[in-house]
Amino acid sequence: MLPTAIIVFREILEAALIVGVVLAASRGVPGRGVWVFGGILSGVLGAMVVAAGAGTIAGAVDGIGQELFDAAILFAAVAMLGWHNIWMTRHGREMASAANRLGTAVRTGARPLWALAIVVGLAVLREGSEVVLFLYGIALAGAGGPAAMAVGGVIGLFAGVAAGAAIYLGLVSIPLRHLFAVTSWLVLLLAAGMASQGAAFLLQADLLPPLGSNLWDTSFLLSEESLLGRVLHTLIGYTAQPAGIQLVFYLATLLVIGCLMRLVGGSTAPARADSAHSQRSA
Amino acid sequence: MRFFPFTAFLVLAYSASALAQGAPVTIVLRDHQFIPSEVPIPAGVQVQLLVRNEQNTTAEFESTSLHREKVVPAGGQITVFVGPLSPGSYEFFDDFHGETRGHLVAK
Repeated sequence: MLPTAIIVFREILEAALIVGVVLAASRGVPGRGVWVFGGILSGVLGAMVVAAGAGTIAGAVDGIGQELFDAAILFAAVAMLGWHNIWMTRHGREMASAANRLGTAVRTGARPLWALAIVVGLAVLREGSEVVLFLYGIALAGAGGPAAMAVGGVIGLFAGVAAGAAIYLGLVSIPLRHLFAVTSWLVLLLAAGMASQGAAFLLQADLLPPLGSNLWDTSFLLSEESLLGRVLHTLIGYTAQPAGIQLVFYLATLLVIGCLMRLVGGSTAPARADSAHSQRSA
Repeated sequence: MRFFPFTAFLVLAYSASALAQGAPVTIVLRDHQFIPSEVPIPAGVQVQLLVRNEQNTTAEFESTSLHREKVVPAGGQITVFVGPLSPGSYEFFDDFHGETRGHLVAK
């Protein structure tokens, strides 16, 4: 029961942290609950389909189907997170200034929550399918009986969700005027970490050169198998022994999304926000 | 054209590492043990690992030092490429049964 709980917790943790960050990043947007929980629900349903087809996926494309699938999911999530951040730098300030004037969050209904809903769905799909495969394996082996498995699974699920709730509550305790800056940095690092993970899958499938199998080793400081190591791995892409190609993908993602945010958002933000607002009210 | 020698060097270096790959190395999962648990592999070249799961439970072949993770279905076999590695010991484990561990020893 306990080993089951621990493994389910570890798999759920990653998805729960991502959901926590997304919920914090979309704070105050009407209808976000529907989008986010829609994402979770589609993720759960998708996880079952993926788990059922795991053998087919793994065997596809000369045995590297699983890597291609994981990498595709991760890069799709990176694109969605990047797009959300770029959109937010363009419109976030207009919204903030409009909200300040009117005292309410107006015009936020147009905010593209589908991008974040897709991120949530993909995270739940990826981690959830591993949970399903793992539990299915235990069920087949008949170890400990179905009751122990169910109890362990539920404990693991609740512990994972509690971790997601903790990060959400931690983030929303940040004053609203700073929250946008904090969550856009978090989303940027989350995206970079996912790109680095995606690169690791393509490396595993021998589709990318490693450019140095282990650039450095900080596992003596913080092991990736420890709880904090896992949390930081998910949130900012912490990797104790990264391959060169992972660093390339990490930095390239930071650079591309960061530059696009700069370009699209502009640095003369307040003036721009004002003019945008007056244009709109005209 | 000035960059040609460097590009050619990169292409050659990469294909040399790919070509140097020898026969695949097989690791079997049985009774929650990796057989062998110490896997000798050549350092400095790419190696193809075949992981076969002879148990009736799903396993996940994982290594944090090699950043590899791949589900191995019960009764299934997977392929994982590693390296070129510098000489040393690299731990791997079954993420679904954390106590099931082994090492790649690159020489």
